[in-house]
Amino acid sequence: MALTLIKTLTASSSATLEFVDGASDVVFDNTYSAYEFHYVSMHPATASEFLFQVNATDDAGGDYDTSLITNTFYRAELAESGSSGNVSYSAGNDQAQSADYCKLIQSVDNEAYDSCSGILTLFNPSSTTFIKCFKARTNATHHSAEYTMDAFCQGYINDTTAIDEISFKFTSGNIDAGTIKMFGVS
Amino acid sequence: MGLVFISSHTASNSASIDITSGIDGTYNEYQFYIVNVHPATNNVNFTFQVNADGQSGFNETITSTTFRHYLKEDGNGGTVAYDTGSDQGLGTAYQRILNTGTGNENDESSSGTLILFDPASTTYVKHFSATGNGYDHGDWTVHMKTGGYIGTTSAIDEISFKFDSGNIDSGTIYMYGVG
Repeated sequence: MALTLIKTLTASSSATLEFVDGASDVVFDNTYSAYEFHYVSMHPATASEFLFQVNATDDAGGDYDTSLITNTFYRAELAESGSSGNVSYSAGNDQAQSADYCKLIQSVDNEAYDSCSGILTLFNPSSTTFIKCFKARTNATHHSAEYTMDAFCQGYINDTTAIDEISFKFTSGNIDAGTIKMFGVS
Repeated sequence: MGLVFISSHTASNSASIDITSGIDGTYNEYQFYIVNVHPATNNVNFTFQVNADGQSGFNETITSTTFRHYLKEDGNGGTVAYDTGSDQGLGTAYQRILNTGTGNENDESSSGTLILFDPASTTYVKHFSATGNGYDHGDWTVHMKTGGYIGTTSAIDEISFKFDSGNIDSGTIYMYGVG
């Protein structure tokens, strides 16, 4: 496997970070059959969930609110005290045929040293035949009680139109800091 | 750029594999491919720890989760479960990754990957995630996922891998930067 760096975006009190084919040197098309997004030290201005959504080519420049996502979500977590270690499905974080932004991880804390990091893989976004499968794994310090959370989010975008735009944001407030690198996988 | 090879480290009846150069601010993500680590001692756990810049000893504070999927070769016991014996809350022990109870018969070993995010940061704690598979001494396949953070805002520039008992008889670790 080889990764080819396509674009790096760095947040600075940004509402969203977006990779759009044809803009700012981003090529997000059929050059690769899989793309990876590596998000590192994403720090929220407000403690909240880290999310993504896409636009299909028939909604270019849209508001990331038309592609229907169905995904599962499970996570392992442990408090710094050593208590409450568990792995479980999280029904509150999945979605079924929803055009909402998809949660990559819950409640990232916004203390100065907190953030989340992970990798989202999107398979064959340029297909005009198949729905688009994705998988992500994200680590964070969990809001409210100093937990570590290892979250696994996977599913599909139920759209047979090509996908060529992707957006990342927190549920509430800006992305205070953090970097996302977009890679093509070959 | 993409996945950039930095160095490889091969064990030969080694107490540990310590990587003490090449981890810095050049990349904000490092990946370690751990291939066929074979223990000298039966029924042991592969582990890692880190050292912060300017500090001594591999003993940083780690909070982590671990869960495993496993199945015995006779087809019994297939399950997925959280592993309370391998997590740690603000612990300074070496962190188990890849597998538990690796056997030391000739064909037994563990392999997998460890991703370390933003080790040079002096602002954030450092997240990591590991995925591995191994040959348990009781003839089980064990798949283990470990995630968590190193609770320091000092830069991390050294990492150590070892079994929790006995030497690493053989095996190779490849270190890559992602950029």
